[in-house]
Amino acid sequence: MTTTTVAHTSTSSTGRRVQLGLAALLGFFIVGFTGLSQVEAVHNAAHDYRHSLGFPCH
Amino acid sequence: MTTFRNAVFLAALAGLVAGLVLALLQTFTTVPLILQAETFESAAPVADHHHEPGTPAHDHVVLTEDAHSHDGWMPADGFERFAFTLGANVVSGIGFALLLVTLSEASGGIASWRQGLLWGLGGFAAFTLAPGLGLPPELPGMPAADLLARQVWWLGTVAATGAGLWLLALARSPLASLAGVALLVAPHVVGAPQPVSHETAVPAGLHHDFVVAVTVTNLLFWLVLGAAAGALRPRFDMGVAPAALEGRAA
Repeated sequence: MTTTTVAHTSTSSTGRRVQLGLAALLGFFIVGFTGLSQVEAVHNAAHDYRHSLGFPCH
Repeated sequence: MTTFRNAVFLAALAGLVAGLVLALLQTFTTVPLILQAETFESAAPVADHHHEPGTPAHDHVVLTEDAHSHDGWMPADGFERFAFTLGANVVSGIGFALLLVTLSEASGGIASWRQGLLWGLGGFAAFTLAPGLGLPPELPGMPAADLLARQVWWLGTVAATGAGLWLLALARSPLASLAGVALLVAPHVVGAPQPVSHETAVPAGLHHDFVVAVTVTNLLFWLVLGAAAGALRPRFDMGVAPAALEGRAA
């Protein structure tokens, strides 16, 4: 029983890290898309936002 | 995927609140300054601009591109433009919140709204303060170095500052603290890409007001974001009790 519990705990802890990593990656892509994407339409749509956050623009 | 789902929900709520606050603040602070700068931009005397013989030439094509010769679709001035700015603020607010929530969870989670303020200060230092030293917030029509080079420096500075603060705040060994200080300083030793000339039709006073407005509004954004994440966290099962962090930090 003890072995099972330990194995379970370590798996869920690893799973937690992976899930947090995935969520962080999602956040990174969202910030990158709104702030750094060089697609012209994205830049134009988020123009005032980018200037207001101090992102490199133009 | 409980942790993933709860992290996304928590970040969505905190990011929504902070993004709405930021969009509201921008409406009265930074956006009017941007619109004012655009009047100088369209009146930019590029054609009257002569070089004395012997002065280094700078690329006027780049300057003209700076001057918003935006191609393709763009939102119409007025409500549509505001709506897209609002949308960008909320979406990116959630993105910033995801980074804040996941990084804080990796060290035990934010214990309270008060501790959230400190996490928010960290985000402000990494995303606004440090990049803003080398690349002060730009108004439309201001000259700047190559976009990609600036974006690379910006991202590197955010990452180095975030990692440096992490080491200073959470690591225990003196060597880690030293590495933290080095990471905070390194981007500024490297230096941000600068334009050939800083000459611009935008008045220096206007730019000064803009830098202050951007810095203060982003400070408020990050404080609200951190506090909201800390206050809302107990409503979500994040899998770890935040007491772990307090125990370690004590």
